[in-house]
This record gives sequence, structure tokens and C-alpha cells, in this order.
Amino acid sequence: MADTAVVAEHTLRTFKDHLPVLQVLVPFCTAPLIVLLGSRRLAWPLAFIASATALVISIMLMWEVREGGYVAYTLGGWAPPLGIEYRVDAANAFVLLLISAIGTVVLPYAYISIKDEIKARDHTLMYACWMLCFTGLLGMVVTGDAFNVFVFLEISSLSTYVLVAQGAGRDRRALTAAYDYLIMGTIGATFFVIGLGMLYMATGTLNMADLADRIADQGANRTVRSGFAFIIVGMGLKVAMFPLHLWLPKAYTFAPSAVTVFLSATATKAAIYVVMRFTFSIYNPDFSFTNNTLEIIFAPLAIIAMFSASFVAVFQTNFKRMLAYSSVAQVGYILLGISLLTETGLTAAILHMFNHGITKALLFMGVGAYVLRSGGAFYTQIAGLGRKMPITSGAVVIGGLSLIGVPGTAGFISKWILVQAALERAPDNAMFLAIAVAIVLSSLLAVVYVWRAFEVLFLQEPDPNSTATEAPLMMLVPMWIMAGACIWFGFSTEHLYEFAAQAAQGLLDGSQGMMISTGQGGAH
Amino acid sequence: MIFHHLILRVVTKILVGTIILFALYVQFHGDFSPGGGFQAGVIMAVAFIIYGIVFGLTAVKKVFPEWVVHKTLAFGVLIYAGTGIATMFLGYDFLDYDAFSPAHPTVGQHWGLLVIEFGVGVTVTGVMVAIYYAFAGRPPSISDEDW
Amino acid sequence: MSKLLDLQFLAGHAHYLLFIVLMMTGLFIVVDKTNLVKKIVGLNIFQVSVFMFYVSIGKVTGGTAPIFPMDDKYHVDKEALVGIAYSNPLPHVLILTAIVVGIATTSLGLALIVRIRESFNTIDEEDILHIEQEMTRDDNRKYGNAMGGLA
Repeated sequence: MADTAVVAEHTLRTFKDHLPVLQVLVPFCTAPLIVLLGSRRLAWPLAFIASATALVISIMLMWEVREGGYVAYTLGGWAPPLGIEYRVDAANAFVLLLISAIGTVVLPYAYISIKDEIKARDHTLMYACWMLCFTGLLGMVVTGDAFNVFVFLEISSLSTYVLVAQGAGRDRRALTAAYDYLIMGTIGATFFVIGLGMLYMATGTLNMADLADRIADQGANRTVRSGFAFIIVGMGLKVAMFPLHLWLPKAYTFAPSAVTVFLSATATKAAIYVVMRFTFSIYNPDFSFTNNTLEIIFAPLAIIAMFSASFVAVFQTNFKRMLAYSSVAQVGYILLGISLLTETGLTAAILHMFNHGITKALLFMGVGAYVLRSGGAFYTQIAGLGRKMPITSGAVVIGGLSLIGVPGTAGFISKWILVQAALERAPDNAMFLAIAVAIVLSSLLAVVYVWRAFEVLFLQEPDPNSTATEAPLMMLVPMWIMAGACIWFGFSTEHLYEFAAQAAQGLLDGSQGMMISTGQGGAH
Repeated sequence: MIFHHLILRVVTKILVGTIILFALYVQFHGDFSPGGGFQAGVIMAVAFIIYGIVFGLTAVKKVFPEWVVHKTLAFGVLIYAGTGIATMFLGYDFLDYDAFSPAHPTVGQHWGLLVIEFGVGVTVTGVMVAIYYAFAGRPPSISDEDW
Repeated sequence: MSKLLDLQFLAGHAHYLLFIVLMMTGLFIVVDKTNLVKKIVGLNIFQVSVFMFYVSIGKVTGGTAPIFPMDDKYHVDKEALVGIAYSNPLPHVLILTAIVVGIATTSLGLALIVRIRESFNTIDEEDILHIEQEMTRDDNRKYGNAMGGLA
């Protein structure tokens, strides 16, 4: 609102400056474009181009923050804390890369899967919804404004409900699954907003860096504490933290295969990132209540999740449902890593987030391929398909091994670091020794449920009437890219580990890591 | 059927124009008085919905076909995003309306807001009408005569 | 905090109490009602309670509407600004977004209910649960052999 005389000199922005907003903007613009063009033939290519562009942008962002520091972007030229700020540091760059990579790899697979499972007239809107979901997830991660997280959370959630309900063509239970998810998700998001309201009451700001600063200044008081409780419960619903996970198995089981692949690898991960950001960066991890929440609530719940969900997974008769329960268990590992409150623990959590993302995406892709060829994912329907679809099943085997955590696969690395992190703290507290043992024991449960699937796939006789053949190439390539990644990250660990450690360090620096003065970006 | 609800039909015909006019007023006067895209969009949609309720879905779909509604709501979002992209091409941040008139930022802000509020209004109109069509377009499980 | 019941404290925080009452009413409806439409109504009440909460924290004692007094040439009338308190507009703006989100959620929820009604022929949660249990039993009868028929 300046007069002519005091107009500040403006340095023109370059393409590189715009990267954080382009990350969100590209898929966001693609969604209405798909609807506007309304062409069934153009929908998929547009979505794929947008995803690939987002992937390139996330790699460029990751490159910029590889040495620490952050990239900041002010929307509308309004400087933070007043305006909305996008801020990318090592932690979000990592999650952005995961989400956009999964989105890009899954889309070619989705083309065939969606064509098979969903009526042709819904395809255009389906891809538009997919793009909105992608936008929401990327936005949740990229933004540095607490309320903006809620807005993007709702963009992704609302489109997720629609995507899950698309499974109704095959099984009408997809509708109730979507409805349940809608009720639970909305309660979760609303809790999150209540928490933000309390933070705003206490601090008068919504910018994450500013929030961290002001909470550190005023210390813990009752408003800040109850805000924390609301935020954790609200996000816990989205994360599928153990007692709040009830929506997940049903939604994952009845959603179209491609949607399940996408959601299992990205949606919970973005929510976990938000939990990390709030517990470590915005709230000072040294506050006793933050500490206590993590140790007294997160850790036991995580361990219960690891065992109970794995146990339930053992007794499933549907491959897809089994994997959904396994997801709840794996979220337990990630939360356990967070609750250890050490750099190694957090590194393990971030690595497991990534490794579980690619592993679960691979396995769900395998399920989708079986569904395409045999019409369902029940064990009796996929019996013996290992021999009829060897290439698909080969990838599934790699995914299964990575899920168990067999050495040489990505899943091993993160579980190994998690055990190490628990052992690191064992000298001062014998409880942590028990936790380390629990991690190993629950992995044994994973052996059981993964073995059951392998047994069904390879050792049982195929149905003599079955006409199942190998999955089409467009499905095999994404699956083998994921399988390759599972093995690659199982052997070549340095870069990924270093980056995760950097992200963990940035998060653990607490409010220091968010201070406006540090870092290379900031207001121009 | 044609001669039923004569008063309603006449009043609606008179009202629809006024409602649309009022929507445009709220839309474009939004920067001087309370108003803006959201409110204007809803008011604009009300005009179509009232017309649909009184004259039937087929009549309103002749005026505002369903495919046009879908294009409209997508187009509004693109107006909004397009404004932001335009500012980016002018070398400013996304949605930094100063870009439209660097020497007089207030004027730039004014024009920028006008355009994006128009985008919002178009989208909200489209969304509201689309929701109405989606619900009203379902075949009722109990026919009107059985009530 | 010596008194057990500090009336003045309660009166000063009446809007929070009302917010909690409204919020719990909404949550209770969501949990208790088996009718899917009523659940959505409960969800709406729950969300509205949060809107109320936000609007109430934006209130400044004696504050007026936060509109800049401007003449028609876009110049702020600085003299008119002196000594005027404004309500904090930011929570209101945030809630505008949340209201839009609430509308989207409601309409999506109702749309899902319409579809559920079409395919299950009921909108009562318990009936749906029965139907789904029946479907699961059917599935197990058909495909449950992998567990030796025990599942």
C-alpha cells in the first residue's frame, strides 16, 4: 500500500526462484486443464507430464538444499510472517522427492489399471482428482505456513475420498470405505485446525518459523500444550497411528488398485512429515510434554501397532487387505523411530518412510497386476500365479523381502538403523533393549505374512481354468523400477543415508533450524 | 403442469435477472464494499438453481448445460492460476499483483484482485450449480406422485 | 485459583465453554447416530464450533469491522484511522477458507450417501454393517480355502 515515492527496487525473479511454488502449481494447473479439455485421450498424458515435471522440480530443489540451508518463497510478495511462505529444507525436499517420484512412476501403471477397473466415462475426472490429490500432498509438505498445511491437507483428503469411492464399480463397499474415511479424515483435519487455533491464540502467528520462535520465547503453557495434543491427534488420524488407523484397511482394500498404490506410498508419508515438523521444528523437542508424548504415547502405541497389525495381517485371506494391515504396522516402525528422540532414530524414521514408500508401492502394484489378470486379490484367486506371471511375481518377491527387511534390500537398511538407534539408548535405559528386540520380533511376524503370500503364489497349484498371463509391459516397467530401487537402496546407502541424516539434523535443531536469520534464502 | 404455480413462475422470471445483476454488483464492487468472488459466485448460482427448482432441471440445463458447467468451474481456477503465472512471467512472485503496475503498486493490486476474484466467482458459480445438478439429476427413488 | 468455582473466570471464558459444548454435541452426534445423514449434520456442527472458536479469538474489545477508510482515489484517510480499534481479520479470513472446505466435505459426504443409498438401499449404518458382514462371509465362503476353510 505504498505511495509512488517509496516503491522499493524490485529484483526480477528467475525460474530458479520460482521452484518451490512451481512444485505445487504444475499439478494444480493440470487438474482444471484436464477438465477443461475434457478429452479422455489427453487426460493421462497431461497428468504424466505434470508428474514428471514435478519430479524434475523436486530433484532440483533437493539439489539446492543438499548442503543444508533452505529455499524460501513468498507468495504474492508478502513477506513472512504476514504472508504465506513456502520453505524447502532437507526434510521436505526428501519427502517431496518421494511423493513426486512415486506419482510419476505409478502413473504409467495406473493407465492400464484404471482402464481395467474404472468406467471409461470417469477417466478424465479421475485423473483430475489424481492431480488434485498430488497437489495437496506436495503442498502439505512444501508449505511453511501452518494454516496452509490444513488447506492442502483438505485438498488432498477430499480428492482421496473421491478416488477411493471410484472402487465402487468393482465392490460397493468402496463407498462405505470412502464415507468412513471422510468422517474420520474430517474429524482429524478439524482437530488439526483447533490445534492451530490454539497456537494462533498463544502466539498470534501462523508462519512455522515464527511460531517456533515465539513458542520458544514463551515456553510451555496450557494453550500451547492443548494445541499440541489436538495437532497430534488430528494428524495421527491421517497418519493411521495405531488406535486411529481403522479407516485404513478398508479404504486401501476397496480403492482401485492404482489409487491404493499411490496413497499407500504417499498420503500417510506426507502426514508423518507434518507430525515430524510440528513435534520437532515448531514445538521445542526439549519441552517436557513433547518429550513425554513421544516416549510415553508414541513408543508404546508404535510397538502395539507393529505387533497387532502384523498379527492381524497374518490371518488375512486377501493379499491387498494383508498389505493394508502391514502398512499400519510399518507406520509403527516410523513412529517408533521418531519417538526415540535421537538423530539416529529420526534418520531411521525418515529412511523407513522412503523405503516403505517404495516397497509398499511395489507390492500394491503387484496386487494390482494380479487383480488385472485374475479378477481379485483373494489368496485362492492368486494361487499359483507365481508360475503364470513370473516377471510380476519376481518383483513382488523383491518387495516382500524388502518388507521383511532381508539384507540387500532397502527395508533392511532402515530397520537396521532403527535397531541401532534403539541400542544406542540402551545403556541408560534397559527399556530400549526391549524395544530393539521388539523390532526384530515383529519383523519375524512380517516373515510369516509375507511367506504366506509367497506360498500361495509359488507353491500352490494354479487354477486349471485360469487364463492369467503376464502383466502388460506398461505395468511391468514401473514395478521393476521400484524393485530396482528397493535393491539399489539396499546396497548403495551412502547418499540416501547422508541426506536423511541431514534432514534429521535439521528437524532436531528444533526451532533453531527454523529461525529466519539462518539459511541462505529468506525474504529477498 | 404448465399452468401450475403461476405466481412462483412469474416472480422467478422477474427475480432471476435481478439476482444475476446483484451477483455482478457484489462481484465487481467487492473491493469497495464487502463482497467478492465467493459471495458473488453463490448468488449467481442461486439464480440458476431457483430457475431449476421452479422450471425443472431440463429447462435450466438448456440455459446452462452440464458440460458448460464443468468447463466453467475449471476455467475459473485457470483464470486464478493464470493470473499468478502472468505475474511470474513478469518477474514477480506468484500472485504478486505489483507486477501489473510496478510504478503504482496499489493500482496493480487493484487490477490483480479484480481478475482473481472474477476467477473465484466463475468457479464458485460452476461448483454450486454442478452440486445442484449432481443431486437433482439423480432419479428419485420415490416418484413425486407417491409422496 | 483458591476458589473451587471461579465464576468470574468462567464468565470471562464463556465463549470457550460454548465452543466446547458445541464441539462435543457435534462429535457425539457423529459417534452416536447410525443414520449417515445425521452423521454429516453432526460433522457440520462440529466444524461450525471450530469456526465460532476462530471468530471469537479475532474479537478485539470495542473493535469495529476491519475495513480501511478510503476515498475513491485509493488513498487511505489517515486521520480517520487514529484511535480506532479493529477486530483481527485474520482468523475470519482463515475461517472463510475452512467454511469452503466444510461445504466441500458436506456435499461430498452427501453425494457418497446418495450412492450408498442406491447400492445398499439403506442409509442406516447398522443395516449397512449387516450387509457388509454378509458380503464378507460370502467372500470367505468363496475364497477362504487358503486358510484351510477356517477364516
